[in-house]
Amino acid sequence: MNIFVLVKRTFDTEEKIVVSGGKIQEDGAEFIINPYDEYAIEEAIQKRDALGGKVTVVTIGGEDAEKQLRTALAMGADEAVLINTEDDLDELDQYSSAYILSEYLKDKEADLILAGNVAIDGGSGQVGPRLADLLGINYVTTVTSLEIDGTNVKIVRDIEGDSEVLETSLPLLVTAQQGLNEPRYPSLPGIMKAKKKPLEELELDDLDIDEDDVEVKVETVEIYLPPQKAAGRVLEGDLSAQVKELVNLLHSEAKVI
Amino acid sequence: MEQTTNSIIKGGGFLIEDVEINRVFTPEDFTDEQKMIAQTTQEYVTNEVLPVVENLEHHEFDHSVRLLKTAGELGLLAADVPEEYEGLGLDKISSALIAEKMSPAGGFSITHGAHVGIGSLPIVLFGNHEQKTQYLPKLASGELIAAYALTEPGSGSDALGAKTTAKLNEAGTHYVLNGEKQWITNAGFADVFVVYAKIDGDKFTAFIVERSYPGVSVGPEEKKMGIKSSSTRTLILEDAQVPVENLLGEVGRGHIIAFNILNIGRYKLGVGTVGASKRAFELAVAYTNQRQQFKTKLSDFNLTKEKIASMASHIYASESLNYRTVGYFEDRLSQLSDEEQKDGKSIAAAIAEYAIECSIAKVFGSETLDFVADEAVQLHGGYGFMAEYEVERIYRDSRINRIFEGTNEINRMIVPGTFMKKALKGELPLLQVAQELQNELLMLMPEEIGNEALEQEKYLVKNAKKIAVLAAGAAAQRYGAKLDAEQEILVNIANIANQLYAMESVVIRTQKAIERDGEGKAAQKILYTQIFCQEAFAEIEKEAKETLIASVEGDDARMILSALRKLTRNNPYNLIPKKREAAAKLIDAEKYVV
Repeated sequence: MNIFVLVKRTFDTEEKIVVSGGKIQEDGAEFIINPYDEYAIEEAIQKRDALGGKVTVVTIGGEDAEKQLRTALAMGADEAVLINTEDDLDELDQYSSAYILSEYLKDKEADLILAGNVAIDGGSGQVGPRLADLLGINYVTTVTSLEIDGTNVKIVRDIEGDSEVLETSLPLLVTAQQGLNEPRYPSLPGIMKAKKKPLEELELDDLDIDEDDVEVKVETVEIYLPPQKAAGRVLEGDLSAQVKELVNLLHSEAKVI
Repeated sequence: MEQTTNSIIKGGGFLIEDVEINRVFTPEDFTDEQKMIAQTTQEYVTNEVLPVVENLEHHEFDHSVRLLKTAGELGLLAADVPEEYEGLGLDKISSALIAEKMSPAGGFSITHGAHVGIGSLPIVLFGNHEQKTQYLPKLASGELIAAYALTEPGSGSDALGAKTTAKLNEAGTHYVLNGEKQWITNAGFADVFVVYAKIDGDKFTAFIVERSYPGVSVGPEEKKMGIKSSSTRTLILEDAQVPVENLLGEVGRGHIIAFNILNIGRYKLGVGTVGASKRAFELAVAYTNQRQQFKTKLSDFNLTKEKIASMASHIYASESLNYRTVGYFEDRLSQLSDEEQKDGKSIAAAIAEYAIECSIAKVFGSETLDFVADEAVQLHGGYGFMAEYEVERIYRDSRINRIFEGTNEINRMIVPGTFMKKALKGELPLLQVAQELQNELLMLMPEEIGNEALEQEKYLVKNAKKIAVLAAGAAAQRYGAKLDAEQEILVNIANIANQLYAMESVVIRTQKAIERDGEGKAAQKILYTQIFCQEAFAEIEKEAKETLIASVEGDDARMILSALRKLTRNNPYNLIPKKREAAAKLIDAEKYVV
C-alpha cells in the first residue's frame, strides 16, 4: 500500500485568536497538527501496519511546518514531504493547495490518500475532494470506518447524525471524521527515530509549477471575531407578563420578529 | 547545549564568580525533540493517569502497575537507561522534562520518580555489566518495578546510622540481610529493591534485593497526609537471602552510591515541583476568572493580581534555577568519555560537583511549590478546602517535598558546609575573592545604575555575591571550625546562597531571551525578573544582617554593617504597577506563561 496523508499546521485549539490589522496574529501562538489530520495519520499507520507499505505525510507551508511533520514521523509515518511555498507565494486557497498537491501526487501511484475532514482554521473541507477530482480518483468524505480488502474498500461515513455505508475501490481519497480512531501520541523511541527519517523539502520549481498557475481565486474581504456573547437576562413577573416582555424584547431589541 | 569551552563549570562557583551566560541552560533552549517528549508525557498524564486518580488515591495499586507498563511502552521509563541495555539513553534535560510533566499526576509521579530515579539509577550508575544486563531492560520496559530502601525507623537524615546488617553465609553464596527499611515508596508492588546494609555491622554496602527472595516481606500500607496515590510500606528483611552477585558497587562503599543518588533525587525533585507549581497556578488563575464576589471577578481585584504575579515570578525563578542545574549535569556528563560514562566513579564525581546546586534546587523548588499551593488554595477560598477540588490534593501532596530527599534543613546545612570544604580544598578561590572584597570595601563608592533593561538586577546580583562573601567570611572568621554548631548562621548563609542562585538564574535567562527575541517579546520575563530580584535581594539583606550581627562585635560591627548598607544601596521600583502588569497577561492566558 502506498499511502499518503495530507497534513496541515493549524493553531492550537487552546489559542486565543487575536485579529489585528485585518490579520490573525500568529506571534507567539502554539501550532499543532490539524486534529482531523491526526485521525488520518493514525488510520494510515494502522493500515500500513496491517497491510504493509509506506506512509508519506505531505504538507504545504513554510519552514515552521517541519515541526508538525516531525510529529507525524514520530507517530509512525515513514517519510515526510514539505512543499515549501514560503518564498514563492503570499497566499494559498483551496484551489491552489489542491493544484499543488495534485502536481506532487500525479506520478506517485498512491493507493490511498487520507486527509482530515476539515482543517480547524479555514474549515472549508474542499482540498481533499478537489485533489481527488484533479487526480481523477474516487473520494469519500467524513469517514468513521475504513476497511480494505485487496482493492475493495468498505466505508462508513458520517452524514450529520446518521451514518452511511458504502463500497468503493482503490485508488481512493478519504477524509477522516472524529470517531475513525483514537490517534496515538508519539512514543519516546518514535520521537528519537523521527530525527533520522527522511524529510524532503520541495519548492514550486521542483514540481514545475508556475506561480501564475496557483494564483488564489478566493479573495478575503474581511476577518473579524464573532461578537462577544452578551450577558443573559432573567425575565421576572408572572408567566403572561414574562411572555409579553419576551415578545416585546424580540421585537424591539433583538429585532428578530 | 552550547559548548564554548571544555572547561568544567565549578559547583558552588556562582557564589563568588560569574558564569558565561551561554553555558547556562534555560527553558527557552529546549529542542523540538525535547518539547515533543514533554508533550507525550503531558498527554500520558492527562489521558491515562488523571482519569484514575481517585482509584489511585484509594490505594488501588493494580492501576499503578498497569500505568507503569503503559509508561514503559511509551519509553517514559527508559530515559536514563543506556541504549546498550535497551533504554533510550536520553540527555538529562529530556529526563528532567519527563519528571516535570509527570508531576501533575500527583502521588503517581512519586511512583514513577521512585522507579526511574532512586530505584533504577543505582543500577544504571553503579551496577556491573551482569547486573545491568539482568535488570535494566526490564526496568526500562516496566516489566520490573524498582524501589529504594535507605531510611530506617532510627535513621533518616543520619543515613549511615543504619542498623540493617548483612553477613556472608558459610558457603559464601549469599549475604544474609536482617533489618527494617521504613517508608519505602513503591514497596506495595516493587519487584526490585536497592537496599543498604552494613556487612559485619560496619561496612555500609548496597544490595539489589528481589521481592521473591526468601526472607523478604513488606508491612502494611502507611496512612499518609498526601501523595496517597503512591504506595509506602516498610520493607522487612528476616534472614533475607541475597546472592553475592547482587552486591552493588563495592563493599563498604555504599555511601558513595547513597549520596550521589540523593543528589540526583534532589534535582529531579526540584524539576518535579516546577510542574506541580505550574498546575496549582493554572487552577488558581482559572478559578479567579470564574468566581465572582460583589459582582466582580476575583481576577479583577488588585490583591488577586498581587498574588498571581508573586506566584508566577517565584515559579519563573524556580524553573530557571532548576533547569540551569539540570543543564550543568548535562554539560558535565556529556563531557565524559565513553569509558568514563560506564564508570560509576567518574559519574559520581560529576554528580557530586553540583551538590550545592542540587540542594538549592530541592529547597527552592519545594518551598516555591508550598507557597504556590498555599496561595492557590487561598484564592479558591472555602472551595479550596473541599476535597473535590484538585488544589486540595495538591496542597497535601506538596508538603512531603520539604521533608524527603533530605529535609530542607539538612539541605540548607549542606550548602555552606560543602562550599567551605571546596574553598578549603582550593577548588574555589574564596580567600582571594574575600581579600579583594576587603580592599574594595575600604574605598567603596556608590555606583550609578543605568536604565537599560536588567541593569539594576545585574547590579543586585553582583552585590549579592559580595554580600555572600562578606557574611560567610565574617562567620568563618568568628567561629572557625566551630561554625558547624552555629546552625542558625549556616541557615542564614544558605538562604543567601538560595536567593542569589535564583536571582542570577533569572537574570541570565531573561538576558538570553532579550538577546534572542528583543526586549518587547521578553517583556513578561523582564517583569518577573524585576519583581523577583527586588524581593530576593531584600531577603539577602536581612539574612546578611543577622549573620554579621552574630559574627562581629564593637567597632568592627559598625564598620561591617556600614559596608553592608553600601552594598545594599539601590533604586527600588514601585512593584505594585509591575505586578499588576505581569498579572494581566497571566489572567488573560489562564496559565503560567513567560
